[in-house]
Amino acid sequence: MNEIILKLKSIYDKYKIIIILAGSILLLLVPVIFPKSYIMGIICRILLYIILAGGLNVINGYSSQFCIGYAGFFCIGAYTEAILALRLKINFWLLLPIAGIVTAIAGLLICLPTLKLKGKYLALVTLGFSEIVRLIALNWSSLTGGPMGLKGIPVPKIFGIEFKNSLSYYYIFLFLVAIFLFVTRRVINSRIGRAWMSIREDEQAARSLGVDTSMYKALNFMYGAFWAGIAGAAYAPYTRYIDSTFFTLDEGFNILSMAIIGGMGTLIGPVAGSIVVNLLTELLRPISEYRLVAYAILIIAMMWLRPQGLFGASKSILAGKEIVKKARKAEKEAAA
Amino acid sequence: MLKIQNLSVNYGYIAAVKNISLEVNEGEIVTLIGGNGAGKTTTLMAISGLVPKASGTITFKGVNITKMSPDKIVKMGICHVPEGRRIFPSLTVYENLMAGTIGNPSLKKPQIKQLLEKNYELFPRLRERMKQSGGSLSGGEQQMLAIARGLMMDPDIIMLDEPSLGLAPIIVEEIFDLILKIRNAGKTVLLIEQNASMALSIADRGYVIETGNVVLEGKGRELLANPDVRKAYLGG
Repeated sequence: MNEIILKLKSIYDKYKIIIILAGSILLLLVPVIFPKSYIMGIICRILLYIILAGGLNVINGYSSQFCIGYAGFFCIGAYTEAILALRLKINFWLLLPIAGIVTAIAGLLICLPTLKLKGKYLALVTLGFSEIVRLIALNWSSLTGGPMGLKGIPVPKIFGIEFKNSLSYYYIFLFLVAIFLFVTRRVINSRIGRAWMSIREDEQAARSLGVDTSMYKALNFMYGAFWAGIAGAAYAPYTRYIDSTFFTLDEGFNILSMAIIGGMGTLIGPVAGSIVVNLLTELLRPISEYRLVAYAILIIAMMWLRPQGLFGASKSILAGKEIVKKARKAEKEAAA
Repeated sequence: MLKIQNLSVNYGYIAAVKNISLEVNEGEIVTLIGGNGAGKTTTLMAISGLVPKASGTITFKGVNITKMSPDKIVKMGICHVPEGRRIFPSLTVYENLMAGTIGNPSLKKPQIKQLLEKNYELFPRLRERMKQSGGSLSGGEQQMLAIARGLMMDPDIIMLDEPSLGLAPIIVEEIFDLILKIRNAGKTVLLIEQNASMALSIADRGYVIETGNVVLEGKGRELLANPDVRKAYLGG
């Protein structure tokens, strides 16, 4: 597996510009290639979950805080968009960042009292948080429509074009995924990203190096929550109807399984995870409820065969193996 | 430069450090020696703000840093290389070094490059292993990486916590040579050691700590010749 990744990487490095150009043209033409709304629906879902799994990966994979209640943030983002769009008729494009910021503030509120918690304890708190958010959405009928949900969420418009089905909405998701990957890549390679990784590796050592761990951990949670909010805000007008059943714990586990299967701590991991899990969901649709069993088996098998996930080998370990390989090759050549 | 007055640190009801006072002047190598549990590491952790202090004041360059948070203390120019190396095993050597710059946001890219170059010169082995993961280095190399990582924040004083821990004697000598080189490059060094003879032989001044108290202080060579020290730490 590592060899394959390395080989792909070397090919990619060689023809970088051509691959990126061809890839982006191909991505733009997807709705033309698959004009069926069913297939586009699946592709839209894959893109949505890339943002969600990617955002979760920033929390779980880069700073090793363990959040499993990610659906709660998703829920806050979706309801913020839906309520503000229905009540105050605010433009969708404005609501995207607003929902993101509201969710980031929610992320800050939950992480402030939990900055000293780690691992399973933090996981439990986020689990509770997710359920609390869902129950509020279910019971605050005057604001959220309660069990009836919110319907008739206006579709986004730009230059007279209405994004009312999956064929056109695809471009909104694609745009968001592109921004997400670009921004996250920049953040991960910046001082902030390095601080997160140093906290993941050894929190005490990070503190001795002068990393303000609480500040960076809070920032990390807020960044992850921010993208869940954006995803939620993009999701609400896509389905045009939301209720609390969309944001159960199962949803959170679903996102988590994508991040784990794809591999945490890499940018490409959640992308792969989202593709694999969503395609699997469609393929296994005939066996309906048993597909959760299939996920469980997949996760257990992954833990055995590739605990770091499909693409989870961190860059550093890959680089290390590359050097070992080179050294062996040189040794062989010297012997011959 | 660094002045500690009547410092006490408690862990619960255990007094780990009792009323320690010591002073480090600019350009010196000062060593704290003592057996296990004497309070050496705790003293360092208290200086860099990693443990709460029960009493006492710490001033650095005339500024009271007693109640500062660890990240602010680092920004003042105090670097702490923790005991047991504590490098980031799955990050590469390069990434480890870059992680050292996080604590000092005043560093700009060209300066970071310069520091990196300086460190590679000081530790040529790290240049060879730049892309290797930190965990794949040998113990001595990891120690060098930990020191280099600390130097990447361009500190005025570097506090080393048992750099010889678990290393072969020949590597220990190399590490101590490096410490001298670091001092000659203009840094002040506060060194904690169990290897008293090595530490005292390179130190300008030394303090002997026993169960949380300073029992002796003096010039490095004087302490090395002191019969009490010889008996307790150097095997007669």
